[in-house]
Amino acid sequence: MKTLLNIGLVLALAVSANAKEIKLLNVSYDPTRELYQEYNDAFAKYWKTKTGDDVVVAQSHGGSGKQAQSVINGLGADVVTLALAYDIDAIAAQAKLLPANWGEKFPNNSTPYTSTIVFLVRKGNPKNIHNWDDLVKAGTSVVVPNPKTSGGARWAYLAAYAYALETFNHDDAKARAFIKQLYKNVPVLDSGARGSTVTFAQRGIGDVLLAWENEAHLASKEFGADKFDIVTPPLSILAEPPVALVTKNAKKHGTTEVANAYLNYLYSDEGQEIAAKNFYRPRNQAIATKYAANFTQLKLVTIDQEFGGWTKAQATHFADGGVFDQIFQPQN
Amino acid sequence: MTPVATTLHLPRAGTQRRSTSEPPWVRWLLITIALLFLTLFLFVPLIAVFAQGLNKGIGFYLKTLSDPLAWSAIKLTLIAAGISVPLNCVFGVCAAWAIAKFDFRGKNILLTLIDLPFSISPVISGMIYVLVFGAQGWLGLYMNADKPWFPWLAQWLNVHDFHIIFAVPGIVLATIFVTFPFVARELIPLMQAQGRTEEEAARVLGASGWQTFWRVTLPNIKWGLIYGVVLCNARAMGEFGAVSVVSGHIRGETNTIPLHVEILYNEYNFTGAFAVASVLAFLALITLALKLWAERKNAALHAASQ
Repeated sequence: MKTLLNIGLVLALAVSANAKEIKLLNVSYDPTRELYQEYNDAFAKYWKTKTGDDVVVAQSHGGSGKQAQSVINGLGADVVTLALAYDIDAIAAQAKLLPANWGEKFPNNSTPYTSTIVFLVRKGNPKNIHNWDDLVKAGTSVVVPNPKTSGGARWAYLAAYAYALETFNHDDAKARAFIKQLYKNVPVLDSGARGSTVTFAQRGIGDVLLAWENEAHLASKEFGADKFDIVTPPLSILAEPPVALVTKNAKKHGTTEVANAYLNYLYSDEGQEIAAKNFYRPRNQAIATKYAANFTQLKLVTIDQEFGGWTKAQATHFADGGVFDQIFQPQN
Repeated sequence: MTPVATTLHLPRAGTQRRSTSEPPWVRWLLITIALLFLTLFLFVPLIAVFAQGLNKGIGFYLKTLSDPLAWSAIKLTLIAAGISVPLNCVFGVCAAWAIAKFDFRGKNILLTLIDLPFSISPVISGMIYVLVFGAQGWLGLYMNADKPWFPWLAQWLNVHDFHIIFAVPGIVLATIFVTFPFVARELIPLMQAQGRTEEEAARVLGASGWQTFWRVTLPNIKWGLIYGVVLCNARAMGEFGAVSVVSGHIRGETNTIPLHVEILYNEYNFTGAFAVASVLAFLALITLALKLWAERKNAALHAASQ
């Protein structure tokens, strides 16, 4: 009887999947949950008034590298909105689901918003952490996710590395020693940004969390501003989380047009405003000025300047046997 | 209860106690330790789940559970358990029957294979399916091949955008895999202990294989089977690791209850996470109640027949 009932349920599900509403799957990275929940509603309204069609956007979140791997293995994303360009490159290279020049399809290298890496510390900043060199001091416990699986963690690693390069006049050996010292202070590597935030904020581990700017703001909003302080270091990295249409999947699902519109609408005034409200730095100057209070000014270096682009950075630092593998020893 | 009677009975009672049990303080100590342990590791967490879930009031609790995403997670969990438990019930009985009642070559290998899901990490179980059925796995190779065998099949799969992993079939498969040993492992020792004399007697009296199974074997193993099914069901509903790997975490489509709990927890909705977790705890309690009821009924039946 139970089985019969369940077969019925499965059939019912299958039938409802054929109902006439457009479905999109947005495979995204970890901290964008709240951003896309808000944006999906706004886009659905916009699309309804424009075409009369209902569009439901399903979300999937996780560490950026892990999410890219899932898409490579067949997760049917119509669009990907990941933490860094390399992960979308990997989808293009390994699964050939989108053209290699996907970055040229939308404005600003297909990056509708930017972000950076900041520090989240306990209220009152008891360990007096203001800059990257405060993180390598003995007795400072630093929480950051695993750069092998998390995009935010790769940006954080590169931000620290860029600081070291600037400080030591681009002496690579010294920068490496600095990074090694920093990761000695890391008690736990979670697989995604959100896992690290929960480790730091909910489980109370560590003195400082290296976080996406938006994630730091969200955590202090969720847990109360009396719990944490956000410290913006004088120098950090310009993080560019790109978006792309997964052309092959969208074509198969017949969603190319709406998926394209979905990504384009991120650049609209409404899309940019939603991004700014969720603490992503908008590309649109007028909206950036309007929300200037949300974003502390700091020196931002780019990955192209400091590291010669993502492909090179990935191969040097994060590939198996790369710099990260050489400097990181798990602690017991 | 006269003093005389007491003195008369004392020696016997005293000897009995001395020969069969420890001094009272040891017994009380052990009982207290056991109770403390149970309270600390079982009752308190169980109560905490419900208490945390109801933290923000019954309204919030109901709102969390009636959320379409939570509802679809509950539905998917019931579907996965509803398919995998009956199948594993059949597989488990077949395997146990073959192993306990017959001798054949490779019996030990079969036994080892049945234990395989116990001995490997659930994450690996999930990975296996990704490697076989993923877009870069065998299924993907077949669907994207230039000249596949049976071109019509490859075409049909492509036209219907057929998915095993990151879809419901993958979740069901992963659940079947990790819960496979429960029924078989429960039945094998039982059937071995019962021996095959009753079946042999049935055959000698002219029963067919099918009749022997339905009339002799099944009634004997009924309660062991129910117990195995209960365990199997509990694991099927609670499985996290393997399902997490093959799910793709699409909200409202491929999230089971345990995965939904994780998502809510990661969205700082701790009360919501516990509210959904309490559903899982509640389902487990129902399962336990069913088991208790089955055992009582069995005992009553036995008492009546004697």
